[in-house]
Amino acid sequence: MADNSIMRSGLTLATIAAICTALVAFTYQLTDKRIAANEQAWLEQSLQPALSGLFFDSGVSESVVTIPAPHELPGSNDATIYRVYSGESPVAALFVVSARDGYAGAIKMLVGVDIGGQVTGVHVLAHRETPGLGDRIESNKTDWVRQFDGRSLGDPVAGNWKIKRDGGEFDQLTGASVTPRAVVKAIRQTLEYFDANSAAIFAAAAQIEDEVIE
Amino acid sequence: MTTPTIIDRFKTGLWYENPGLVQLLGLCPLLAVTSTFSNGLGLGIATLAVLVLSNALVSATRRWISRDIRIPIYVLIIASLVTCTELVFKAWFPALDRSLGIFIPLIVTNCAIVARAEIFASRNPIGSSIVDGLVMGTGFALLLIAIGIFREVIAMGWLLAILPPGAFFSLALAIAAKNAIDNRRREARSSAMPRRSRQINR
Repeated sequence: MADNSIMRSGLTLATIAAICTALVAFTYQLTDKRIAANEQAWLEQSLQPALSGLFFDSGVSESVVTIPAPHELPGSNDATIYRVYSGESPVAALFVVSARDGYAGAIKMLVGVDIGGQVTGVHVLAHRETPGLGDRIESNKTDWVRQFDGRSLGDPVAGNWKIKRDGGEFDQLTGASVTPRAVVKAIRQTLEYFDANSAAIFAAAAQIEDEVIE
Repeated sequence: MTTPTIIDRFKTGLWYENPGLVQLLGLCPLLAVTSTFSNGLGLGIATLAVLVLSNALVSATRRWISRDIRIPIYVLIIASLVTCTELVFKAWFPALDRSLGIFIPLIVTNCAIVARAEIFASRNPIGSSIVDGLVMGTGFALLLIAIGIFREVIAMGWLLAILPPGAFFSLALAIAAKNAIDNRRREARSSAMPRRSRQINR
């Protein structure tokens, strides 16, 4: 009797689990392609802010290298670099890095550096900074991040790659200095990495593509 | 007792038994995502959809569900529906999905949904259960939207409104306002009643 009811309950559960799984699988089939397309579009769109003013003819999001951690870039996870080409010649590299010393966790951002080592654009991708204070680093809230456009390691000199409050050259945000400090530091580290490794970054490209072709 | 009309059912879901204001269910998403109008609207619609579908499914399968295994079955049904909803949001409303983030999958943990499955859908026919999902979901969604608008507007002058404590204050104000309105109505009714009864006594 008891066995019987356990069997029946088990069967009911199994049947309903199968139906639910089928439902999820069906929805997945239905939405799969759209979701992939959306994610690709979102990636391309979020790379745009660091591409302004560049001439390039490559599909940016396809030309990607991953630098496994540990590395010299800001952030403790694997770093992603999108390379931008015009024909065969490298134009710029877009770094997805994380400033780990934000006010509330890591600040994930995109830093574009052109082949000459100048910042092409900075865009904050994800963060948990205080709304109304630290979140003004977002490019759709203020144009604070635009002050880095065109800057490079020599401009300003290394000692001045800081916010004004720390004796540097960059504006801070009223009421928030931890956040801007973290962002400035991450950009400087990215530039330093690019300066030391730019040849390797663009060379790595050829190797990876060769491997794929073979 | 006569069967309640659709309008009565809506009054129940939106006001007298509003899942957020009266039953105080699903407070976690309510407090977490209502920082803006669009987030409130998005999560409200997602919750409404899941609630209607889960009520329909639970009601449709209620004959085969024995009492011992009803909770795992509710969990299965709700989790599957939430996953489907999340996929649909990702496919057709990617921007909203990004701004709601983890809170769409977390609809699973919204006890308002399992509560309606247990209290209503497991005991009532499918049509009635769908109506129940509709009215309760609408009640919850409207509250999310109202608090979202309130916080977004207030945050322009008062920063705290957009921060987590602001959510608690906003919900408290909403509940207080509802109780105040109910009290005033009750007083109006009771002050009208004795007069009438006195007249009858005479």
